[in-house]
Amino acid sequence: MARKSSSLKTSVVTVAAWTIGFLIFFPILWIIILSFKTEGDAIKAPLEVLTSGWTLHSYAEVQERSNYALHFWNSVVLSVGSTLLALVIAVPAAWAMAFVPGKRTKDLLMWMLSTKMMPAVGVLVPMYLLFRDLGLLDSRAGLTVVLTLINLPIVIWMLYTYFKEIPGEILEAARMDGATLRSEILYILTPMAVPGIASTMLLNIILAWNEAFWTLQLTTKAAAPLTQFIASYSSPEGLFYAKLSAASTMAIAPILILGWFSQKQLVRGLTFGAVK
Amino acid sequence: MTMTYRAMLGATVALTLASAALAETTITVATVNNGDMIRMQGLMDDFNAKHPDIKVEWVTLEENILRQKVTTDIATKGGQFDVMTIGTYEAPIWGKQGWLVSLNDLPAEYDVDDLLPAIRGGLTVDGNLVAAPFYGESSMVMYRTDLMEKAGLTMPEAPTWAFIKDAAAKMTDKDAEIYGICLRGKAGWGENMAFLTAMSNSFGAKWFDADWKPQFDQQPWKDTLNFYLDLMTNYGPPGASNNGFNENLALFQQGKCGMWIDATVAASFVTNPKESTVADKVGFALAPDNGLGKRGNWLWAWNLGIPAGSQKVDAAKAFVAWATSKEYLALVAEKEGWANVPPGTRTSLYENPEYQKVPFAKMTLDSINAADPTKPTVDPVPYVGVQFVAIPEFQGLGTMVGQLFSAALAGSSTADDALAQAQAAVTTEMTRAGYIK
Repeated sequence: MARKSSSLKTSVVTVAAWTIGFLIFFPILWIIILSFKTEGDAIKAPLEVLTSGWTLHSYAEVQERSNYALHFWNSVVLSVGSTLLALVIAVPAAWAMAFVPGKRTKDLLMWMLSTKMMPAVGVLVPMYLLFRDLGLLDSRAGLTVVLTLINLPIVIWMLYTYFKEIPGEILEAARMDGATLRSEILYILTPMAVPGIASTMLLNIILAWNEAFWTLQLTTKAAAPLTQFIASYSSPEGLFYAKLSAASTMAIAPILILGWFSQKQLVRGLTFGAVK
Repeated sequence: MTMTYRAMLGATVALTLASAALAETTITVATVNNGDMIRMQGLMDDFNAKHPDIKVEWVTLEENILRQKVTTDIATKGGQFDVMTIGTYEAPIWGKQGWLVSLNDLPAEYDVDDLLPAIRGGLTVDGNLVAAPFYGESSMVMYRTDLMEKAGLTMPEAPTWAFIKDAAAKMTDKDAEIYGICLRGKAGWGENMAFLTAMSNSFGAKWFDADWKPQFDQQPWKDTLNFYLDLMTNYGPPGASNNGFNENLALFQQGKCGMWIDATVAASFVTNPKESTVADKVGFALAPDNGLGKRGNWLWAWNLGIPAGSQKVDAAKAFVAWATSKEYLALVAEKEGWANVPPGTRTSLYENPEYQKVPFAKMTLDSINAADPTKPTVDPVPYVGVQFVAIPEFQGLGTMVGQLFSAALAGSSTADDALAQAQAAVTTEMTRAGYIK
């Protein structure tokens, strides 16, 4: 009897989970469907959209008008570059906070997180002036630094929760054996925290890939990533759903595939340390 | 090879490279994503043939993103763009700030006197032409000729608001999902407020009096808003408070609107048989009035301006002159047909017998000529702009008031409440900004 009710419970939960999952995924699915329609069909009522013909026309037009390869490459460089740079800063920072906490470590962590709460547009003009004077406007280097900085609090927080799970005694033992600080972090701590670092990296790559304020404001052509590629297909006057959907599908496809293959690590990474 | 010979060879190579670099100037053009601008990008061979020394690179963006980006760049003299596509809203404000290069010295063959006076007036600051119009539009009534006939009515060329209401009532057939009138309801200074501000002009309303005091507590604004709400609640489509240009375009093309008052550019979409199910049943008329001497139509143009921070002003001017010239219009006509020529900028286009055959050409010109951005309202006002007020604060104010009016359309507040809140909020902002002493 008990088994029966628990299997019923399982199937209810499964159905609910699939339903919620489908609801969340539905907008993306709809974008993919619209991308294979003509502009005229794309604005029809939902049922008519499904029954109308399929075409690759929007993809052809997007290919013709934009340099997808350049935008894609910029997105890759920016997201991977900023993630690696963030790790270089965050690993030592998280080590210090996890293993040699000071009186104000908690406050420091909260303060770092609070910087994420300020609307980005508030510092747009100062940032733009800095970039102008340093000659960094429309450069991948400048934008990599910005993306690093805006995601740094999250990276440090995630790594901090991972490092907290690692017994400090192991590091202490390494020190007893004469390991320097550098080798302690590089050869003892990092290998043990690889799953945590990997999921932090993945999340940060996704965040940097999707970042659509600074990447739009600080680039024009040379360093413009996929966010600008999408932004060039929307229009207040005129039909654009099909072309915009095609551009969006092309922009999210790489990260969707990456996310699909790494979802186990991602979910683990996000929930790790949440329940203790 | 002797040292001298090598050095000479090296110097020659360096010189050749340097002169090649000097010869080619690359300019960056920031532009909105609309059909006319995209078409121009496909016609660049003509410009390249005439100016082999100038290379043009395009940055195409959605209107609101573009506006934010070019505003940041020009205000900080970032120098990312050599030519910017700007609206008639920005041109006078930026011109006054000295942010735009004067175009008064364009060559004689450019024929600046050929530009439509209404459009040119909105782009002139202290006698300087600060941007060149690429494409101009107004708003007008588009209506279904078959439904009008069925209702037993004939649309006059210049209808009144009373006629529009009567026609909307007779055309509405909610069971068949046909709504007498479709109008903008989505909140935004360029969405519902573009329509409502232009409409209010024909009711004798205005945003501010001569002392910059907001006028939402006056009778003309009450009349405007009540008329609009009455029209839309009784004869408009459901959920109209979410409808902007594109939503109404879709409704009209699917045959669900009897009338639609919106941008003249829509004419080419609704009459296009590839997109529209009612392509052969559309008529046009001037935007309505109330007999007060002003019609409820707006005036907008996309213009090319050169930011004062640009290092390549000469090349940029050559491009602007080409893109807004008579020759460019002829080029589009030759390659893509007269219906695709960017409208609303030059008198000579409307005098062209070929162009006069385009069904909506005359109505577009008449609509543009019926709007005067320097004298937009029945009573004199201290500002320029038909469907906007050309002050930097207007984007914020317009969107705020637009949200209040959109909420009234959605039924979550009344017209009186919306107007009272608009009056209070705009008064506060204008006092803070120093307009009201």
